[in-house]
Amino acid sequence: MSAVPLTSVSVEPTDSATAPRAPKSGRQPRFGAEPSPTARRIILIIVVGVFIVPLAAMFEFTLRVTGKSTLDFSHYVSIAHPDAATGVDYSPLFQGIANSLTITVLTVAIVLLILLPTMLLVELRYPRMRRLLEFVCILPITIPSIVLVVGFVPVYQTVAAIFGSSPWTLAFAVGIIVLPYAYRPIATNISAFDLVTLSEAARSLGGNWLTVIWRIILPNMRRGIVSAIFLTVAVVLGEYTIASFLSQNTFQTALLLISQTDPYVSTIFALAALIFAFILLVVIGRLGNRSPGAATARRERRAARSAAGSASPTPLTPLTPGETA
Amino acid sequence: MTTQTVPDTASSDPASGSTGTTVSSHPSAGPGPASTSSKRPRRLSLAFLGFTPFAAYVVLFLAIPAVIAVASGFFSGTGAFTFANLRAFTDPTILSAFRGSFLVSAISALLGAIIGAVVCFALLGTRSDGFLRTTIDAASSVLAQFGGIMLAFAFIATIGFQGLVTLFLKDHFGFDLNAHGGLLYSVGGLVIPYTYFEVPLMVLTFMPAMEGLKATWGEAAATLGATRRSYWLKIAMPVLAPAFWGSVLLLFANAFSSFATAAALLSQGGIVPLTIKQQLTSETVVGVSNTAGVLALGMLVIMVVVMGAYSLLQRRAARWQR
Repeated sequence: MSAVPLTSVSVEPTDSATAPRAPKSGRQPRFGAEPSPTARRIILIIVVGVFIVPLAAMFEFTLRVTGKSTLDFSHYVSIAHPDAATGVDYSPLFQGIANSLTITVLTVAIVLLILLPTMLLVELRYPRMRRLLEFVCILPITIPSIVLVVGFVPVYQTVAAIFGSSPWTLAFAVGIIVLPYAYRPIATNISAFDLVTLSEAARSLGGNWLTVIWRIILPNMRRGIVSAIFLTVAVVLGEYTIASFLSQNTFQTALLLISQTDPYVSTIFALAALIFAFILLVVIGRLGNRSPGAATARRERRAARSAAGSASPTPLTPLTPGETA
Repeated sequence: MTTQTVPDTASSDPASGSTGTTVSSHPSAGPGPASTSSKRPRRLSLAFLGFTPFAAYVVLFLAIPAVIAVASGFFSGTGAFTFANLRAFTDPTILSAFRGSFLVSAISALLGAIIGAVVCFALLGTRSDGFLRTTIDAASSVLAQFGGIMLAFAFIATIGFQGLVTLFLKDHFGFDLNAHGGLLYSVGGLVIPYTYFEVPLMVLTFMPAMEGLKATWGEAAATLGATRRSYWLKIAMPVLAPAFWGSVLLLFANAFSSFATAAALLSQGGIVPLTIKQQLTSETVVGVSNTAGVLALGMLVIMVVVMGAYSLLQRRAARWQR
């Protein structure tokens, strides 16, 4: 991450353009919690450096060729043109990816068609239920998926009797795991704008509930909904525990399966998935910063920054990730 | 902070006082018109039926599986109610699995918390919507949550028998990481990949607390002649302590419940989730049926205790984050 030193410089509270800088040698005594720029840079470079190593090793591994000391992209080529002689069959992997994508679509549907309407109903009609809903949605973090799985096995015997044992049925179970991840961004979004007043205003102007939800509420919640969808996608693609116990072939179980015959290709796909998830989350991060009027706000903030020091942003809930599959 | 984008366990506590606080910090927003409606004689209107799909879904796929998982531990092979299965907790393999899980989780949680806190410290004063922070936030969420199998591969490529670092150390320093058998493939070795996903989790959970340190406190301390050292020792650390230990508990719970990384690395048991897997496929504890259910119960008890303590600490910590 070459950008690290670069950004930490640009992030300095004093902008060289606006404030006359104290000469470097006689720096002012610092107070408060902030680290010195040097300390910050050293810490970040060391930690980021160490954390890059396994990912770099992963990449280097995918370039290795058995029996040779040179590195090349032959394993990447072999994905498209599998060498029949090695007898490696990648079809479970592609099948797994297809299954995971189906499950993803259905899980997103569960979030949008079951969770989201419920959350709106709570906000608009039954605010007293908010704590209960939140409790239920966050619960899956306290119950490890490995514990849930013990209960899913018998439940899925019934599910299989009704829907058959196709991979898409996993969406029901995965939807539960996803609940906390989908709930958080939507809830944060709801608390960030005055949903009740807006909808009352729209109602008093003659809109019916459908109009209000479709034209007033949902447009205001785009950010939260998109974040929830992206997180859902990332969680579903990374889900392993449930799929493996319910003996379904998904992306993750296929990765593990293929790694026994062709570790190179499975590593290529693993690395690609990590990068894909990273990109999704960067996009969410960017979205989070781009609220209506954010550009103006940012410009103002930049101007005010030299005076205000580090103004902390809107006090949002401390958000954290939870289970690591 | 891109907080709203990162899924949350910090406020994931069941009691969830902390989450409530953000919402309820604008109490005027929600309950306003709502409270009027609750003054009316309470009746279940048609709208209440709107809860049916969600309620049905949660009951079918969350409540029932959770109850089955725990209850199955209390039934004998013939279906009679029994406490006898709890004997599984005296089985040496099971005990050592709990010990293994506990140690791996505790060590990786502490290491992750310390390193993560240092990273949070380094990030103080950077713009929360700047490039650096959004990138670190995104990378942290990926590594903390979506790693699983993929992180296991990463570490096989790093410190496995043919790993990059293994070969480097062997070629340049003549040091063999795996001299005593595969380091990565032992229960103790799990600490390495676990710490790798605990640090990012710590960054995500602890950063809001760090940002809660008000600049004015530093100024006040400095005015009174405090050095930075005494500022940290007497103000920042005591204020951050509940959040720090809360995060340690969350990290512990996270490591304790994670399964995928271990499943990809270890072929036999050694930690509780792997033992549950073994027991689901073949029961091996003599005279005990539904061992998996018993183990699930044990895990759940530990998780509830840890997460309960976490939510208490988090509520304490939230005081300073207003």
